[in-house]
Amino acid sequence: MFDGGGNSDLGGPCLDAVQGFMAAGDSPGREAPVASHEDDLLAVARQRDREAFRRLFTHFTPRLRSFLRRLRTPEATLDDLVQEVMTSVWRRANSFDPAKASASTWIFTIARNRRIDLARRKRPEVDLDDPATLHEEADGEPLPDEQASHGQMALLLRDAIASLPADQSEIVGLAYQRDMSHSEIASELDLPLGTVKSRLRLAIVKLRTAMEGLD
Amino acid sequence: MNVSHHPEPALLLDYATGTLADPFALIVATHMALCPACRREVAALEAVGGALLEQAPEAGEADVDQGAFERMMSRVEALPPEPAIAPLPAIDTATARIPRPLRDRLPASLDNLPWRRQGPVETVFLPCDLPGHRVRVLRIAAGRGVPRHTHRGTELTLVLQGSFSDETGHYLRGDMECANPELDHRPVADPGEACVCLAVTSAPLRLTGTLGRLIDPFLDI
Repeated sequence: MFDGGGNSDLGGPCLDAVQGFMAAGDSPGREAPVASHEDDLLAVARQRDREAFRRLFTHFTPRLRSFLRRLRTPEATLDDLVQEVMTSVWRRANSFDPAKASASTWIFTIARNRRIDLARRKRPEVDLDDPATLHEEADGEPLPDEQASHGQMALLLRDAIASLPADQSEIVGLAYQRDMSHSEIASELDLPLGTVKSRLRLAIVKLRTAMEGLD
Repeated sequence: MNVSHHPEPALLLDYATGTLADPFALIVATHMALCPACRREVAALEAVGGALLEQAPEAGEADVDQGAFERMMSRVEALPPEPAIAPLPAIDTATARIPRPLRDRLPASLDNLPWRRQGPVETVFLPCDLPGHRVRVLRIAAGRGVPRHTHRGTELTLVLQGSFSDETGHYLRGDMECANPELDHRPVADPGEACVCLAVTSAPLRLTGTLGRLIDPFLDI
């Protein structure tokens, strides 16, 4: 079982988020309990809570700027892009499901989809409500602590990403942040495609193993 | 029933990061509609993106301008509401087992598609704007085979209905076969039901049977 208390050296906003998350239910007496990003998103979805959205805006705007800047994004359009992503966060907050993803993962997918829109590409997506979509027999029985597990998973992932060897973390960064496919990374780094694929695969296996440490 | 042949991990990763070109994203997403395991995998890969966003350095970024927040809010609150999500179009029974997103790309019901017949195989090409690539829906008559062929590039084949077998294994609904240029195969539909597949190719196929070698230069496949 994951021991949240054993990671006090992590610090930083990520830990704040998880502590806020964990504190939300069981320590109401604490001075100014920190609302998690997930709580804030739900408050935006349910109550159109401007203060909750202001906290999300303050937290995510600089991160989106530095995350999206590394893509092939002209500086002039960076502000517009970040604004559009935050606009979608406000307008589509009711499609956020804390059982499925953390707030930062959901916002990552919004930013990714916006980038695809800008490239005038379509993104084919699964429709879970489509009667032709197949579901697991166990579907519809979310784990009771599934919400908490996203916060814990974020911490495990953070450690796992930090401990990747440099050649692997470079490629992971290019794949996620610079909007490059495997073959584009291969030509950027002047490496054989097979090498890029195997380094990425190794890195992803490590990250997936870290995430499964929860189970 | 579990899907046992999945897209290679690189395809799922490129789908999760948003870099996968459309015809491949179409076949991967259609596979995911039939494969909860790959949906979970993509959700995990998206969580890596979320963790990277969370870790993106704030340092060097200007302090968040609260005036910018107020300006954005007044702009956003003046926007018209999001359009309501359109209800799912009705599905006829022939097409009912073709999941979205592929179903949305079909120009007509499965029974009314402009099938082109070549022996036991009927084909419909779908629009594809990636140069050199082809997207097609295939319907192979029950118990019949596709001519033996090899590949000049990659061929991804997703079973939507029925099943087929070739030298590499047995493919059921939801299974995806990834054929590379080394594979020389002759897929044969299992008896009992026509096998409907979605196939994406990055280069023309090359017929390799005795007759196929003779007619290959004249066929556009």
